[in-house]
Amino acid sequence: MELHILLIFMIFAAVMAIETKDLFSSIIAMGSVGFALCLAFLVLKAPDLAITQLVVELLCLIILIRATINKDLPLVIEGRWFFNTVSTLVFICVFLFFAWMALKEMPVFGEPVMAVVKKYIEEGTKQTGAANLVSAVVLDFRAYDTLAEAAVLFTAIIGIMTVLRKPGRKHKD
Amino acid sequence: MTLYLLCMVLFCIGLYGVLRKRNIVKIIIGIAIMSYSVNLFLVLLGYRFHGRAPIDAHDQTITNMVDPIPQAIVMTSIVVGLAMMALLIAISIRIYEKYGTFDITKIKKLKG
Amino acid sequence: MAQLKPGMSIIVQSISRLTAGMILVFGMHIILHGHLSPGGGFAGGVIIALAFVNLLIAFGAKTGISRVSENLASNLETVGAMMFLTVALLGFLGGTFFLNILSKGEAFSLFSAGTIPLSNISIGLKVGVGLFAIFLALVILEKARK
Repeated sequence: MELHILLIFMIFAAVMAIETKDLFSSIIAMGSVGFALCLAFLVLKAPDLAITQLVVELLCLIILIRATINKDLPLVIEGRWFFNTVSTLVFICVFLFFAWMALKEMPVFGEPVMAVVKKYIEEGTKQTGAANLVSAVVLDFRAYDTLAEAAVLFTAIIGIMTVLRKPGRKHKD
Repeated sequence: MTLYLLCMVLFCIGLYGVLRKRNIVKIIIGIAIMSYSVNLFLVLLGYRFHGRAPIDAHDQTITNMVDPIPQAIVMTSIVVGLAMMALLIAISIRIYEKYGTFDITKIKKLKG
Repeated sequence: MAQLKPGMSIIVQSISRLTAGMILVFGMHIILHGHLSPGGGFAGGVIIALAFVNLLIAFGAKTGISRVSENLASNLETVGAMMFLTVALLGFLGGTFFLNILSKGEAFSLFSAGTIPLSNISIGLKVGVGLFAIFLALVILEKARK
């Protein structure tokens, strides 16, 4: 029941974040979606994810506000308003229909298929020595994912340094 | 089932923002909302009723834990999402410096 | 918008000078206890990055960059990545990549779980310094170009 309330709150906040005219309040509404997501993780018994989501959301908000503050919001004049909206809504309806058809085949909420995990839960602490099973999965059983994640982070840093480089000497004259 | 569908509705709101809005910051916010909903969907798949957090305790055997694998995958995904957001923001700052606007239709016009 | 002093007011500066160390210690605690309690390298790394970002925002860009340069950040990030790769390569001593070769120790104590705390430390270093480098690039380089 708490999850339904949280999800409906998230949907309202997301609509607000998309539809508000002011950029600053739109960013704040996005932050409220993220913090509600943090609470939902806590309800779903995932404390690691709750901590990570909380701090990541803070950093994300700081970066977004620093990037967009003092920048003007251009007056958006919509051309072909009717056609664009109708085609987008039709596409979303088709997407939701197929999602509903696919979700009927998924396992019911609350009773997951625990085929692979059973072994991790029974022997995880004995094999790795770590009490936190999420840490054991991230850093021992599936450490290749973490290695790839480190590579992705490195690539993102290189990309940002390249995009925001200092201007070349050519412009100085 | 209802929870899954609500999650999909959240995804669709983000999709609407990406497809329909013209401000680059609004598009970035749409992408962020889409990634939130996907993370939540993955964690919902691993929940079981009356489950406990996947952390062992000292002197008791816990058998009804929730699934730790989606949580481990989502933990990686959150940090990668933050790096992706930072990259998108860097590109949008660059576009603002070059064209002086966040509107994507104006950018197309100024290209030639 | 033109402020005489760099950064924010003196109240914010004093408070952030007091609390930045505590935030840093809390991040290290979360990293070091990653194999026993919720947390781990990712969350602790982001907390460490937030401590430095706090100082940087409170004291202004110019003071911050004199303390922590961008070269230092990128070097430390490389050190974190190399540490993680070294921990991974250590597994070849036992036969395979990413093998947990150190002794498991006594469960539920701080020094246990073999290579997992080492991996946590290196991941925390990498994520924290990497995100701080991203913030430096987004804020400082943008200001330097004007």
